[in-house]
Amino acid sequence: MRSDGFFSHMVNFVESGEFCEKNYTLTPSEKAVIDTNTPENRWLTSVQHSEKPVGVRLMDWFKRRGFEVFNNLYRVASVFICMTLIAVMLSVVSFLPTFGDDGNPAVNEVEERYVSKSIEETGTTNAVAGMISAYRGFDTLGEAHVLFVAACSVIVLLRVDPSERRRGHLINPDMIGEDLDFEPNTDLILRKAAKLLVPLAFILGLYVILNGTSSPGGGFSGGALIGAGLILCSVAFGFKRTERFFGDEMYHLIKTVCLAAYALMMAYFIFMGANGFDDHVWLGIPGGIISGGLILPINIAVGLEVACTMYCFYALFRKGGL
Amino acid sequence: MTLFDGILLAFLIICAISVSATRNLLASIIIYMSFSLIMSVLWLTLEAPDLAITEAAVGAGVTGLLFLATLKKIHAIKAENAKDEEDNRDEK
Repeated sequence: MRSDGFFSHMVNFVESGEFCEKNYTLTPSEKAVIDTNTPENRWLTSVQHSEKPVGVRLMDWFKRRGFEVFNNLYRVASVFICMTLIAVMLSVVSFLPTFGDDGNPAVNEVEERYVSKSIEETGTTNAVAGMISAYRGFDTLGEAHVLFVAACSVIVLLRVDPSERRRGHLINPDMIGEDLDFEPNTDLILRKAAKLLVPLAFILGLYVILNGTSSPGGGFSGGALIGAGLILCSVAFGFKRTERFFGDEMYHLIKTVCLAAYALMMAYFIFMGANGFDDHVWLGIPGGIISGGLILPINIAVGLEVACTMYCFYALFRKGGL
Repeated sequence: MTLFDGILLAFLIICAISVSATRNLLASIIIYMSFSLIMSVLWLTLEAPDLAITEAAVGAGVTGLLFLATLKKIHAIKAENAKDEEDNRDEK
């Protein structure tokens, strides 16, 4: 096909810069091959390059070689942009204040206030809890949303359609006759150890959440402990027994209610002003369980949220649903 | 820095190197979990008990479990078991 007629002229034109003969029109066989109605091929109907103005010839040339040129330019530009970015960042590094200097932005009144005023302002004896849930509550709200989005994307990726599961076959046929058929696990050592450890994990998690205002811990740590307990429970006793008290609906209920409650509590700060919250909420006695104003409910919400997410990840990885 | 901290830090570095140096996936996950456990003890000695609890629960517990579940899903553990059995048969 390329050896005669229009195509050889075109190849000559592109490769050697020679022009083909004037007013060459396509032979009927070539017209049959090329769909001349599409916009990319419309210029092929006749060859009149030598008579066309320079602008049109440039356009034609771009149509043929433009992609290649663009690719090369793209590579050069990307290397250039990367190098510029590296240079800018390295030059910024050289302007950073020296480590441990008195005039550094990190050594200012903020952390002094956290340490000295956190008990009277937030009602917590655990300054870390006061910092992350009261002073920087919005940061923690963002983290809770990150967890929420992560759980959503894992659900999108790994979820097995409930209708498929009801009909008894999973998406991956290799999984049949594997994990799920051996449920509940019959390993005696695992079950006996889980009987001892699961209640302990739950109680420790609850303690860490509820006592988070006055001792180390808080929502995230306690929630992770409860989630680990849930996972251990489902490993040892099977998913069926876990689903009795923690199923799909329960998960969605807890997750949305907790996140909404946390967001509402943060909205309170928006409308009341972050610095004036000690005027409106009863802070309780520092050191007691009910202290720290809104920190206790925030801890409970974050803890339940984290526990749900942990278990949700595990259940989705194992069986593709809750 | 006490002697205890030094020993823990040495173990931490050994764990970190051997995670990437181990060819067996299951073994490298278990080394990774022990790395997290050592790290949580180190957080305790640095007087950050909040982080220690979280590291022990998330790093040593849940992350390792998720890795194991993934290995099981892609049949990496099963393949290794089969390979071990083959090796045993060859030795016999």
